[in-house]
Amino acid sequence: MKKLSKFLIVFLLCTNIYAVNNSLITAEAFPDKLSDFSFFKDSSAQIPHDDVVPYELISTLFSDYSYKQRWVYIPKDTKAKYEENWVFDFPEGSALIKTFYYPVDERNPDAGKKLLETRLLLRKAEGWEAVSYAWNNEQNEAFKKVAGKTINVEWTNFMGVERNVRYRVPNVNQCKECHAADDKITPIGPKARNINKDLVFKDGQFNQLVYWMNRQMIDDYPIELNSPVDWTDDNQDINDRVRSYLDINCGHCHSPTGNANSTGLYLHLNETRDIHLGVYKKPVATGRGSGGLKYSIVPGKPEESILLHRMISMDPGVMMPESGRALTHEEAVEMVKDWILLLKD
Amino acid sequence: MIFTFFVYSISLFAKEIVIEPGEDAQERLQEAMILMSEGDTLLIKAGYYNFEDGLSLDVNGVMVIGEGMDKTILDFKNQQSGAQGLLVTSDKVTLKDFAILDAKGDALKVIGAKGINMINLKTEWTGGPKSTNGAYGFYPVESEDVLIDGCVAIGASDAGIYVGQSKNIIVRNSTAQYNVAGIEIENSYYADVYNNLASHNTGGILIFDLPDLPQQGGHHIRVFENRSIDNDTDNFAPEGNIVGEVPRGTGIIIMANSDVEVFNNLMSGNGTVNLSIVSYSDETDDPNYYPHPKRIQVHSNTYGPGGFDPDINTGDLAKTLFEISNGNMPDIFWDGVAPLSQMIFGQPDDEKLIISEDSEVSFLTISAVKYMMGFSNPIRTNKEEFKGVINPLEPINIDGI
Repeated sequence: MKKLSKFLIVFLLCTNIYAVNNSLITAEAFPDKLSDFSFFKDSSAQIPHDDVVPYELISTLFSDYSYKQRWVYIPKDTKAKYEENWVFDFPEGSALIKTFYYPVDERNPDAGKKLLETRLLLRKAEGWEAVSYAWNNEQNEAFKKVAGKTINVEWTNFMGVERNVRYRVPNVNQCKECHAADDKITPIGPKARNINKDLVFKDGQFNQLVYWMNRQMIDDYPIELNSPVDWTDDNQDINDRVRSYLDINCGHCHSPTGNANSTGLYLHLNETRDIHLGVYKKPVATGRGSGGLKYSIVPGKPEESILLHRMISMDPGVMMPESGRALTHEEAVEMVKDWILLLKD
Repeated sequence: MIFTFFVYSISLFAKEIVIEPGEDAQERLQEAMILMSEGDTLLIKAGYYNFEDGLSLDVNGVMVIGEGMDKTILDFKNQQSGAQGLLVTSDKVTLKDFAILDAKGDALKVIGAKGINMINLKTEWTGGPKSTNGAYGFYPVESEDVLIDGCVAIGASDAGIYVGQSKNIIVRNSTAQYNVAGIEIENSYYADVYNNLASHNTGGILIFDLPDLPQQGGHHIRVFENRSIDNDTDNFAPEGNIVGEVPRGTGIIIMANSDVEVFNNLMSGNGTVNLSIVSYSDETDDPNYYPHPKRIQVHSNTYGPGGFDPDINTGDLAKTLFEISNGNMPDIFWDGVAPLSQMIFGQPDDEKLIISEDSEVSFLTISAVKYMMGFSNPIRTNKEEFKGVINPLEPINIDGI
């Protein structure tokens, strides 16, 4: 009898250790420590629990050259519903988990990495809520940062150049600045079209949609999908690359339902009207963001295009996106410049 | 005793949070703005607060108050991130008695709020008019029930007080100086703009409507009992912005709005022109956009000196007016641009421009017919042709104000 109860306790402990804490995801308040959720078996090494599934996007948002690892957690016996042109409708109790880090030296993976923050989107009964946890110096725990945090980071890039950035962990309001549609918090990345690519899982390489379907995480996905391309892939058409980049970097605000809808500049993948894509579109409430230029995009003339000017700028009153960027994304600037050069009147 | 209990029971739910200057003030203030709940008041004590990042508020039904626009100072000159000083995205918010200085972008931006009271606030760029100043001082957009009362806006490189794509608006008792545009109501419905002082801007008060936007067709705007005087600052807006085309020395401009009533204002000391009524003059393919002013009523205003120093180097307005008037700049100018049939046959009665002013007030409009027939002097200056019955617009009412 004693033995049995001992066994039971050990059993319960084990299940606790290896189970995501569902009740915390839907709880009213956020816990202080990331580890309380038990998303990871090993926090420092970022090894997730078995029910926490890694995913990747075809094209990603630029965040000052930081690296990101993404996971999705959907409670057992529930599924996310496919939504056309939108993110999956995740069931209550789901979590999207994203850890931001810099490698110490991009040329040498063995040199290790510095974890900065893990952002969570938690699907509660009334909808999504966003919160971020900043990693401690020991890199063994991350703590809730409601008001955000500034971290000065240094790393060596793939060219051997030492870089540094004043990295901002967003506060919960800033999360919403981007993650808002019709004034409600929403995920941005996990649309069916954005995850329509292969990924190597523990049990093999699969298309993510197929994998999610097989694991019964989603109810459906369409056979035909107008997916973005990987903007870093030189073999793709430059128009597709740029539109894919603008979609994931700008389209969440610059769309008819986003925070920047009052501008009339719409950069999401489904926009087709030239004027709303910025071609010969005058600024509305841009102020000095215009840089003295007359139009968002002047075909053939990148130097006269406000869109490029604001991508290059590092001045908080001018730069786009407004949040989450302190450095210029040089590779993307080059691509957009080439694209505008090729645009015809 | 019962009364005391009552007060206590309310205060149990509605907290007052107090922030004082000192170390980590930015973090303390931002955290308080996030953690406060409906009904709470956040008091920012007098003093000087320095920010490196923009602030934001997203809690409904709260008050954020300082101890005076010259006492509680939120200074953003060292700002390194954030496109505005303070961003508000929630409903039923009252902001009162503090100043936002030297924001890198806009000073106070309010997006999509239902109910926003801005009372006795100041926004200023302290280095004087410069194109590197932020665009807007007060910038509510896509909002409803907007009150701006007793505020001061100085140095914005676009508009000191700008209300865009909003509904049900009162801007009153406020002062706008040394901005490009003092007060601008753009693509908005139902606004009362009264008892304000707009001086030493490039243009004093602008009522504009622009194409290709989610909300357009600006209408029902009353502009009254304002003083738009001595607007004499050179246009310092970065090129590309619509206000960059406003010439120095314009009192009030009505562009492409319907149902605007301008009355009991004082317009004086405006070197280009005291009052102009114009169409949107750039090309647009927007089929839903109406580029002409319609049903504009102008009456009982006082006009001081105007047109004595036209700024012919900025935009087309001053240059066109100067040339066509042979330098005899009028108090009131209408560009006369309308749909073609109206330019030939005149405006229909229910869309007419009505002017009812003292006889000595001068007026000029361009006559399209004379212009097309090649008259050397295609103007009309007899404002008696525009006499008519004034149909006063309904005042704006905001619940609880």
